[in-house]
Amino acid sequence: MSDLALGNEPHHHHPFLQHHFEDLGQQHEASTLGMWMFLCTEILFFGGILCAYWIYRVMYPEAWAVAAGLQNKLYGGINTIVLIISSLTMALAVRAAQVGSRIWQLIMLFATLVFGSIFLVVKGIEYSIHWKEGLFPGSHFTWHEHPAVAQKVQLFMCFYWGMTGLHALHMIIGAGLLLWIIGRAWRNDFGPEYYAPVEIMGLYWHFVDIVWIFLFPFLYLIHGVHHG
Amino acid sequence: MADQHPQLEHAPHFHVTPLYIYFAVFFALAIGTLLTWYASTIDLHEWNTPIALIIATIKAVLVILFFMHVKYSTRLTWVVVIGSFLWLGVLFVLTFSDYLTRGWLMK
Repeated sequence: MSDLALGNEPHHHHPFLQHHFEDLGQQHEASTLGMWMFLCTEILFFGGILCAYWIYRVMYPEAWAVAAGLQNKLYGGINTIVLIISSLTMALAVRAAQVGSRIWQLIMLFATLVFGSIFLVVKGIEYSIHWKEGLFPGSHFTWHEHPAVAQKVQLFMCFYWGMTGLHALHMIIGAGLLLWIIGRAWRNDFGPEYYAPVEIMGLYWHFVDIVWIFLFPFLYLIHGVHHG
Repeated sequence: MADQHPQLEHAPHFHVTPLYIYFAVFFALAIGTLLTWYASTIDLHEWNTPIALIIATIKAVLVILFFMHVKYSTRLTWVVVIGSFLWLGVLFVLTFSDYLTRGWLMK
């Protein structure tokens, strides 16, 4: 290491302090800011798809209301609560790292992983139901309950599978990151001075929760359109 | 690992949010979820969509401020967060100023 080459390292460093930062506070701020920059791109990424969704919702309000009526509000609602609980446990995991409790970090991170997995299982059940109902866009689309709006309902389902699929992909990536953070928490890497990875894991997880906070009313809860 | 915590004069001091705030935010989010579900079951005419949007936005702001610690973050973080939504606003406003006005000339 450069310490040896220089030979005049004035003081001991925290093992996780990168050499290009002044101190852990600066390193933490830089990490948080960098993560928010990434989340900015994520907001615009999901925002672009949402914008397209709203254009078609304004164009075909009746079809959108019919299609949202085909979603299972109970599964969607349960999943919303499950995800909010997982956000709470994630926030508590960050707090446990801040106060230096290894055991609570592990419990809360593991709980977050469990609730995240429950979300994905419920989502999988919904997907299989939609598949059987012929609500997957393309040649599999055989839903013809209201022939007048069937094509537009198919368009809605493109957004449904696309948006929930991208969201689920983010959840799966988040679960993988959680496993890594759990491994580091197990090794007792984190404490009051250094917990930036847990904090950033939290930022990612909460962002994915926020996406679902909007997807739930947009895809499941459109009130029927009234004429006149 | 004996020398793991030296240099206390440079030790960062991070804000630790009290537990009750996390639980209060959680209950607010849960109530918001029930409220948005209930609001979708009753006929509020043109208000159904704005109310769903308002509830979702309040929930998102609560998550950003407290779960994501933006309330206790540096001003630079605030700038990036607000900037993100500013760009999202530009995306929506400019796009819809086109799509929502296309029929006007024909009338």
